[in-house]
Amino acid sequence: MRRMFRPAIVLFIVLSIITGVVYPLAITGVAQLVFPHRAGGSLIRAADGRVVGSALIGQEFSAGDAKEAARWFWGRPSATGPVPYTALNTATATGSTGSNLGPTNPALLENVKVRLAALAAADAAVGYARAAGERAPVDLVTASASGLDPHISPAAAEYQAGRVARARGLSEEAVRELVRHHTTGRGLGVLGEPVVNVLELNLDLSGRGG
Amino acid sequence: MTVNAVVQLALFLGVLLAAVKPLGWYMARVLEGGPGAAPLGLGRVLGPAEPVIYRLCGVRPGGDGKPEEMGWKAYAVGILLFNAAGFIAVYGLQRLQHVLPGNPAGLGPVEAGSAFNTAVSFVSNTNWQGYGGEVTMSYLTQMMGLGVQNFVSAATGIAVLAALVRGLGRREAHGIGNCWADLTRVTLYILVPLSAVLAVGLVSQGVVQTMRGPAEAVLTAPLAGADGKAVAAQVIPLGPAASQIAIKQLGTNGGGFFNVNSAHPLENPTAISNFLEVLAILLIPAGLCWTFGEMVKDRRQGWAVLAAMVVIFVPLLAATVGLEQAGNPGVGALGVDLAASAAQPGGNMEGKEARFGVVNSALWATATTAASNGSVNSMHDSFTPLGGLIPMWLMQLGEVVFGGVGSGLYGMLMFVIVAVFIAGLMVGRTPEYLGKKIEPFEMKMAAIAVLVPCAVVLTGTAIAVLTPAARATVSNPGPHGFSQVLYAFSSAGNNNGSAFAGLGANTPFYNVALGLAMWLSRFWIIVPVLAAAGSLAVKKSAPVTSGTLPTHGPVFVGMLVAVVIVVGALTFVPALALGPVVEHLQLMGR
Repeated sequence: MRRMFRPAIVLFIVLSIITGVVYPLAITGVAQLVFPHRAGGSLIRAADGRVVGSALIGQEFSAGDAKEAARWFWGRPSATGPVPYTALNTATATGSTGSNLGPTNPALLENVKVRLAALAAADAAVGYARAAGERAPVDLVTASASGLDPHISPAAAEYQAGRVARARGLSEEAVRELVRHHTTGRGLGVLGEPVVNVLELNLDLSGRGG
Repeated sequence: MTVNAVVQLALFLGVLLAAVKPLGWYMARVLEGGPGAAPLGLGRVLGPAEPVIYRLCGVRPGGDGKPEEMGWKAYAVGILLFNAAGFIAVYGLQRLQHVLPGNPAGLGPVEAGSAFNTAVSFVSNTNWQGYGGEVTMSYLTQMMGLGVQNFVSAATGIAVLAALVRGLGRREAHGIGNCWADLTRVTLYILVPLSAVLAVGLVSQGVVQTMRGPAEAVLTAPLAGADGKAVAAQVIPLGPAASQIAIKQLGTNGGGFFNVNSAHPLENPTAISNFLEVLAILLIPAGLCWTFGEMVKDRRQGWAVLAAMVVIFVPLLAATVGLEQAGNPGVGALGVDLAASAAQPGGNMEGKEARFGVVNSALWATATTAASNGSVNSMHDSFTPLGGLIPMWLMQLGEVVFGGVGSGLYGMLMFVIVAVFIAGLMVGRTPEYLGKKIEPFEMKMAAIAVLVPCAVVLTGTAIAVLTPAARATVSNPGPHGFSQVLYAFSSAGNNNGSAFAGLGANTPFYNVALGLAMWLSRFWIIVPVLAAAGSLAVKKSAPVTSGTLPTHGPVFVGMLVAVVIVVGALTFVPALALGPVVEHLQLMGR
């Protein structure tokens, strides 16, 4: 038994150095050399160099005054706190999170109702009349897993295109063209789902129209 | 299921099964090779380190130039001491991270109960997480504590499996290998190279890998916070994530760099990164089946065990996808469009990411619970009742459908021993497996290995629901609240690590209770498995006769599947009926 202590401790230290120091530092070196932008968080910079977000982390666009909010495409509802899309807040020890509401939890249905009402209020604030029987896509009224989802489905973008066009005084076709520009198809044509990047779309939209 | 869903699932299974033979062959060479020897030129690159490591450790060579063989008791003591050292290191790093370097976000020490829970969790290959990574663990703790355990706990699993397989394959032998050599060679030649390749692939998709502290972004549309103050900036967490995510997937660990694990866009940014990560979950467990057949010199035996796993996995996978695509009728009744189409995933999207949709979330949930991985790319707590039942039951089956690296297959081989014993009783012959007589000692060890997790899960759940402090942190009302507790103990008691994450588990009760559950069901299986390995190794091989039960045909595969399912069903159906089944009836009866 006693002669087992030395190999147990020494081997643990040696493997710790290999897997805990050499391996991650080597990967960091390769990553920074070959993919510096992606390894650094896919940050988006404005013309003046300010970081305005990450292409992979969503931002909140549906908050506040309905008339102002109607001008933006909204992302997935976010369950992070204290504000939606909190990616990191060490003071309150909060970051990414889902709602974790069970399928029969009354709060889940209550949240969906509130979100449907907010969408309707945004339509009304800019006088956008929706075709009768048009139903909101499910991803636009349910919280994402991370609370940071940067994407919505093409259906969820299409649902908002008419409202955004009206709020900004743009043609619906021009807005749809922007949406198409920021839509990515399935990976290799089959994997995952087609998605629209909300932050990139809104940055492109900002400054256009009234 | 949509056509695209069928194509995606078929592609996943096709790539996985195609990798079994080459990877399994490679791993067999690694487990049987001498110092410095490894295929594909890796021996030349990494091999020179190996004899140096043995000299530092004082490992003595045996007669054939390889490190000296150990009996099962020495092997078990070595494994336990090595893991004890790991526990002390992870606990210490968490408690002292505020005074150690590698902490750009300036995080404080982890509270003692949480640090204990996390240390057991990562040493036992469970990676249950009661904390949120980005707001709790410094970069140093992630790398030197959690990252190291991702490697060495996986190496422990494969080492114990190798010892059991040697016990089955050898005749009248007293040794079952050398634990130091197994741990070293598995880490050096299997886990590190595979992880390095996967990590770089993940960075190419946008997974972060940097030592810089968090970035700050100016919001395009500033908003008002809860306290009325304007929020104008968003802090974006960074860190050395890709290197850790690669091994957390490959080593069936599952502990995320960020709180929401592989649902986090910086941990799993695209459909392609998702495919790589979910494939990595099952890659080594599936490949080890071939390794097993190769090492016992009868490849049909490996295929038979793999076939049993696939036969259980595929129908449960299809069912989960179908149930989640059907969606939540309560949400549909509010006038929301749930129909899957080319423009939207539809179905139950609560707690799922748009880029993965329903299909990849359900695929991941099934794969991560079939293997004892426990990483998630969606929130299982928000699955439909029966869609959430399947992941829970896959864990309760004992994590033997693929299961953890090494641990899944040694768990399944314990079920094989039970199956040949039952088959032997049915035909009235002494049970044999691979020519080895299965006698009372092996049966006792197999029974312990099969029953310990069941007992831990049910006893733990029962104690929790009787304890007010444990009931207080249940977040969903009704039967779903019970499901949250049952899921937690199913996960900890089978070393999975996924959660119905609404349960507030970072409390003294759950930190201690789930910590004990994880410890019991890891090491109280490893020791009986090694004991069985030692006892099998010394046996003679009985010649094959016309009365020998073949253990490679469809009849035996069916027998094995039946034993796994019957044990899982008889043990857990009553508990499942109280949780997800009642909830399903409530949802449908609205």
